[in-house]
Amino acid sequence: MKEGVKYTGIPSRQELSSCPGIVDTERFEKGPVAVIECVQEIPCNPCEDACPFRAIRVGSPITNLPTLDGEKCTGCGVCITQCPGLAIFKVHKNYTDTTALVEFPYEYFPSPEVGAEVDLGGRDGAFITKGKVVKVQRNKKSDGTTVVAVEVPKEYFMDVRTICRNK
Amino acid sequence: MRVVNHPFLPAIDEPDITIYVDGKPIPAKSGEPIAAALLAAGIRVCRKTAKKGRPRGIFCGIGRCTDCVMTVDGVPNVRTCVTPVKPNMMVETQNGLGSWVDAK
Amino acid sequence: MKRKVQSVVIGAGPAGLAAAIEIAKAGGQVVLIDENSKPGGQLFKQIHKFFGSREHRAGVRGYNIGIQLLEETKELGVEVLLDSPVYGIYKEEDGLLVSYVREGKEEAIIAEKVILAAGGMENAIAFPGSTLPGVMGAGCAQTMINVHRVLPGEKVVMVGSGNVGLIVSYQLLQAGAQVLALVEAAPSIGGYGVHAAKIRRAGVPIKVSHTIKRVIGTTEVEAVEIVQLDEKFNPIPGTEEILEADTVCLAVGLSPMTELAWLAGCNFTYEPALGGHIPVHDENMETSVPGVYVAGDIAGVEEASTAMEEGRLAGIAAAEALGCYTEDEAKALKQQVWARLDALRTGPFGQARFDAKKHILDVAKGGK
Repeated sequence: MKEGVKYTGIPSRQELSSCPGIVDTERFEKGPVAVIECVQEIPCNPCEDACPFRAIRVGSPITNLPTLDGEKCTGCGVCITQCPGLAIFKVHKNYTDTTALVEFPYEYFPSPEVGAEVDLGGRDGAFITKGKVVKVQRNKKSDGTTVVAVEVPKEYFMDVRTICRNK
Repeated sequence: MRVVNHPFLPAIDEPDITIYVDGKPIPAKSGEPIAAALLAAGIRVCRKTAKKGRPRGIFCGIGRCTDCVMTVDGVPNVRTCVTPVKPNMMVETQNGLGSWVDAK
Repeated sequence: MKRKVQSVVIGAGPAGLAAAIEIAKAGGQVVLIDENSKPGGQLFKQIHKFFGSREHRAGVRGYNIGIQLLEETKELGVEVLLDSPVYGIYKEEDGLLVSYVREGKEEAIIAEKVILAAGGMENAIAFPGSTLPGVMGAGCAQTMINVHRVLPGEKVVMVGSGNVGLIVSYQLLQAGAQVLALVEAAPSIGGYGVHAAKIRRAGVPIKVSHTIKRVIGTTEVEAVEIVQLDEKFNPIPGTEEILEADTVCLAVGLSPMTELAWLAGCNFTYEPALGGHIPVHDENMETSVPGVYVAGDIAGVEEASTAMEEGRLAGIAAAEALGCYTEDEAKALKQQVWARLDALRTGPFGQARFDAKKHILDVAKGGK
């Protein structure tokens, strides 16, 4: 079974490691940062305009994969709801000594409740760990896309990307 | 089933009229196509084919394929996917090509 | 005496609305005709955020783009005839005769310029049980859940992994349905990876090299049997799996609705990358019949963004031909539209469409 987003819908390890929207390992230690899991060339660039710190660059042609400048990125998270592909996340690896904070876009009903313990899943939707909902945010600019932040055991900061959906 | 809950689409209006399907009353919303009221009530069989009596239901949803036609207020072959409901409309599962005998 | 107008646009979807707006902005007279009771075509069921750049209104949900377009037509005073299916288009001495039905009566309009923006229709595939109630086009399901807000079923198997199959699967989840699986006969996913990623995160299995073998049920869909395919698309015996679905959505491509272009006598060329037989057109979107233009899916199945741009292009060109723009004014406007169209047709997903469109322009110039 071939790997990669074109065969499974899940970015492969290779696609993620060579993705210019994902910063180097050291940057994750320095505070919250966006994670742009955009690994396929499509004509699209709202993320570039969305960042108030100009940390995201697409340029021309607009099929270029977005590049994230880890130095400029403050982890504000404004970009999360501006990606039409819902491919932008935010992680704060050192939220606490033992936990990380993972933020993801969420467009299902109902939204989770702050303080709730939820089942969290990875890019394949499968259960990884339980976690606590820390933030549920929506505003006019997000236009219907909710941002959910969950606290997870630190080792899962690059794996947790969603709340599990019961079948 | 009506989609009452949605992550961001606005709240929907309550059904405000009644139509009759094979004599049975079902709720409907003014302005919606007949097919929507049928689906909300879980009704998916619109007609039976002329030769073999096979069931047919909505397929294209855009007024082109005629699989969703039913006899409405006595008129056969009405495309339920593009025809809006009216209060007390009489909708019948159509057998074959339908007939105009009782047409108003 | 038939009513005479400068231009008629047939089809009030994104291409037709954009075309009518451009003609009206240029000061031309335009009548916009549509067979439906509401304008907007397929735009209002697109509840997802569009891609592209700011000029393409990226990040805006499809139905909000539709609302913006409708407001523009109102502000410009564009005349819109709804519930008016056009059934004929004829070349007459004093112009192009467009015949339609309105309130049960035949009517006709003579126009100097006609823009055909009738859109595309969903394809279908046949398999045992494919006529059972519960098997429907993915676009049909999308209209039901997003416009009429009713579920056509609760447990869906989606056939086809192009953007329609991927997006409608996601929207079915948002509407509260379950998507048991998405099957794709080819060995890879046809649509955008980001759309596929969303439904994978929701736990929907995407099975490439799989297809529907048959649907089981007496009066409606009760179960679906899928099967794996080998590299020659032959079913592999023993790989069958039964899914307890009550609905099958077919997302197996769109074809241009070109009846009016055939009737008008346009030349055609066959472009598989664009969905089939396409009316030959030049850079102004004008066909081989002078005064008849095409825009949107009728000119090749792409997306709403390209439909709007082609509509703008046809509108600007028609306005120029009517004398509303000078050659230089029109050239500048058309260049901007072409730049935006080219941007949408780049990358691995756009290249085949770019090449096919280029071929159409070559054929228009006398090539093969």
